[in-house]
Amino acid sequence: MKDWRYWLAEQRGTLLALGIFIVMFVIYTSNHPAGFTANVVQTAANKGVLLAFVAMAQTLVVITAGIDLSVGMIFLLTNCLASWLVVGTPMQTTLGVIAVLAVGLLCGALNGAIVIYGRLQPIVATIATGAVYYGIGLLLRPFPGGSVNEDLADALTGRVFGVVPASIVVLLAIVLVIWVPFSRSVLGRAAYAAGSSETAAYMSGVPIRRGKFAAYTLAGLLAAIGGLFLTFFTYTGEAAYASGNSYTLFSIAAVVLGGVSLFGGKGSAIGAIFGALAFRTIGDLLFVFDFDPLWQPLFQGVILLVAVSLGAFALFRVRNRLEWFL
Amino acid sequence: MDGVAPLFRMEGISKRYGGVRALEKAELVVEAGSIHAILGENGAGKSTLIKVMAGVVAPDEGRMTLDGREVTFASPGAANKAGIVCIFQELSLVPELSVADNIVISDPPKRFGMIDRKAQRRIAEEALARAGAADIHPLALVKDLPLSRRQMVEIAKALARKPRILILDEATSALTAADVSKIFAVLKRLRSEGLALLYISHRMNEIAELADQCTVFRNGRNVASYPAGSKSDNEVVELMIGREYSHIFPPKPAAVPATAAPRLEARKLSWADRLHDISLTVRAGEVVGLGGLDGQGQRELLLAFFGVLRGLSGQILIDGKPVSITSPSVARDDGIGMALIPEDRKTEGLMLPMTVRENLSFAALDRLSNAGIIDRAAEQRLIDDMVGLLAIKTAGLDIPVGALSGGNQQKVVIAKWLMRQPRIILLNDPTRGIDVGTKQELYQLMRKLADAGAAILFYSTDYDELIGCCDRVLVLYDGAVKRELAGAEITERALISSALNIQGEESPVGLGADA
Repeated sequence: MKDWRYWLAEQRGTLLALGIFIVMFVIYTSNHPAGFTANVVQTAANKGVLLAFVAMAQTLVVITAGIDLSVGMIFLLTNCLASWLVVGTPMQTTLGVIAVLAVGLLCGALNGAIVIYGRLQPIVATIATGAVYYGIGLLLRPFPGGSVNEDLADALTGRVFGVVPASIVVLLAIVLVIWVPFSRSVLGRAAYAAGSSETAAYMSGVPIRRGKFAAYTLAGLLAAIGGLFLTFFTYTGEAAYASGNSYTLFSIAAVVLGGVSLFGGKGSAIGAIFGALAFRTIGDLLFVFDFDPLWQPLFQGVILLVAVSLGAFALFRVRNRLEWFL
Repeated sequence: MDGVAPLFRMEGISKRYGGVRALEKAELVVEAGSIHAILGENGAGKSTLIKVMAGVVAPDEGRMTLDGREVTFASPGAANKAGIVCIFQELSLVPELSVADNIVISDPPKRFGMIDRKAQRRIAEEALARAGAADIHPLALVKDLPLSRRQMVEIAKALARKPRILILDEATSALTAADVSKIFAVLKRLRSEGLALLYISHRMNEIAELADQCTVFRNGRNVASYPAGSKSDNEVVELMIGREYSHIFPPKPAAVPATAAPRLEARKLSWADRLHDISLTVRAGEVVGLGGLDGQGQRELLLAFFGVLRGLSGQILIDGKPVSITSPSVARDDGIGMALIPEDRKTEGLMLPMTVRENLSFAALDRLSNAGIIDRAAEQRLIDDMVGLLAIKTAGLDIPVGALSGGNQQKVVIAKWLMRQPRIILLNDPTRGIDVGTKQELYQLMRKLADAGAAILFYSTDYDELIGCCDRVLVLYDGAVKRELAGAEITERALISSALNIQGEESPVGLGADA
């Protein structure tokens, strides 16, 4: 086989997600009354990047064969925090942004420490920490409110050169600054190896713990970037429990749509980003086809079910039935 | 004492797992520029020995020196850094990563803090070429490769780590004959380059071709060390056995006549590349043993009978009638009446946190219930019978089964199946890790069940058991029946030599078509 075929095989999940997204987005814009305009794209981008950031966060953890049910809550907590801190002079705003990101890192690191050194199952550990993060967010903002540096918010949610949505530019930058180096670093590879076969990785002397810790910590950071953007869009902070939960669940859906295996070791955050954008477009599609918004959860569920079923086909190839339960 | 310290030396190494002694004051001296073969039966301590060397387990006592300096390894990574690299029997490759990723996994080349993919590709190609496996594409995912190719990747991976001591633990077990000769050429070249190689294999002809020095292990100790070629195969087998019978077995009845109709029959069973054309019969009242080295397809064969494997070819007959066993619940049904005592009682036999009572009833619930309601009184009667029959020592029926000793847990597994009065009983190494007293009780029980008319197929890694318990023994090698022994033919010597396939070694069957 030629090199490009191997590359294609490796990127299949990502490309599939990209394909699904493009098809849905084309249907959406071609049926939109305004058509494919900078305005429509900007609105879609701004809605999509929030889930994209949270889905990237989820990807990092899922690659290690874990799951992070606290991403939505870190997202809320940092939103509440940003509504206090990201205000004032440019200097104060900068410090505020740094503080918010640092809190995200800290939340992720705590998750990682509990899972790796406390040896708790990721699902339990992150349900618990997620509740704690939400609790702190609620203390910070018992009622919706606060404000944000509107110049910064408008710049990051507006358009660059009048065409390209700024939020997409930031998303791209984050991919280049966080995801690409991580996936190509020794720690990133350790995260993949741990997710694929922890025993084999251990036997090969791979730094499993550091790799997993890096994955959880960076997941916290990415969720915090999502939280910042939420603040930029809404100009306020709000500890909305239902919203946090749905971001967590949708992030898992986006990850699966994006070709990331929940069994670990396989997939890319870029796939998850397209998964997130596609998932968000479902709602928009219902809108342009004049469906009642009440249909949205049902359709999202159906699309997710179809996507997950695609992944389950592998079970038909299992020849030793005991492997079903592994 | 000569002035030059050997490259590597182990002195007084002991390791216990629970009450089991895996290694008892073992010694080993490894010299640079030589190939050192390690021989021994199943459970002689070879695996533990190399795990200690490779930093996978820490010894309880003893010391290791490298270049005359004492060393300890906290992890496989530490042993690798010191130059000791092991190719494990259970492959240590990460399935979702590419061949190149796997080859450099312990120490990837870096540029600006990130993995340098070009350099990685180059290293991988070099290592694959050195291992004589240049046909494997470095970008292929390991999970997509057949087993024999994976083993070549494993060898390339070890070479890329620039070892001083290379340990090969059954590293050729899945290779095709062509690959084996390539690997032998590679190993001989490495020896001339001054590496020390430790070679663990059950294939005597491979050892004869490769080794300079041999060490035999038995019961966790090194019992003999000699230059290769200075002892005959027979002498080597003697060294490997060299122990007395320590178990008491019930007397065997007269052989069931060969004309009696078989209860269980297999015709040309094949599955994936693990089972090849296995035909066998077990008659009512017979205890038939499965022998051979660990992992020659015995476990798969039992699973095949029990309806766990998909894509099985060949025929299974019960009482002369072909049957299609598609799941364990079909296998245990009345028409077939099969029971499997699994190898790993903790995961496949028992629900450890649940009570003794619940565990005992699981397999027989359909018989003990009426319209879905369990008949408590009938359940209690049957449980009392079983606890009495097997003399299960438990503080009560309502304590978690996990609280029982290993031997009593195993009795619960067996009792659970006896509650269905099975006509065919498959046992997968049932005495592993249980005490001698319980073992004896199990031997008696097995014979009692056979006398009562059950057909028993019994896999054991303990040759004494096969000799003491079985009317006939089938020795498996590479997923095929290599030899059938009956009555007085069942001796330790016959079992070991046919397990090692000494008479006329052949290349592994069925692996040639995967290149």
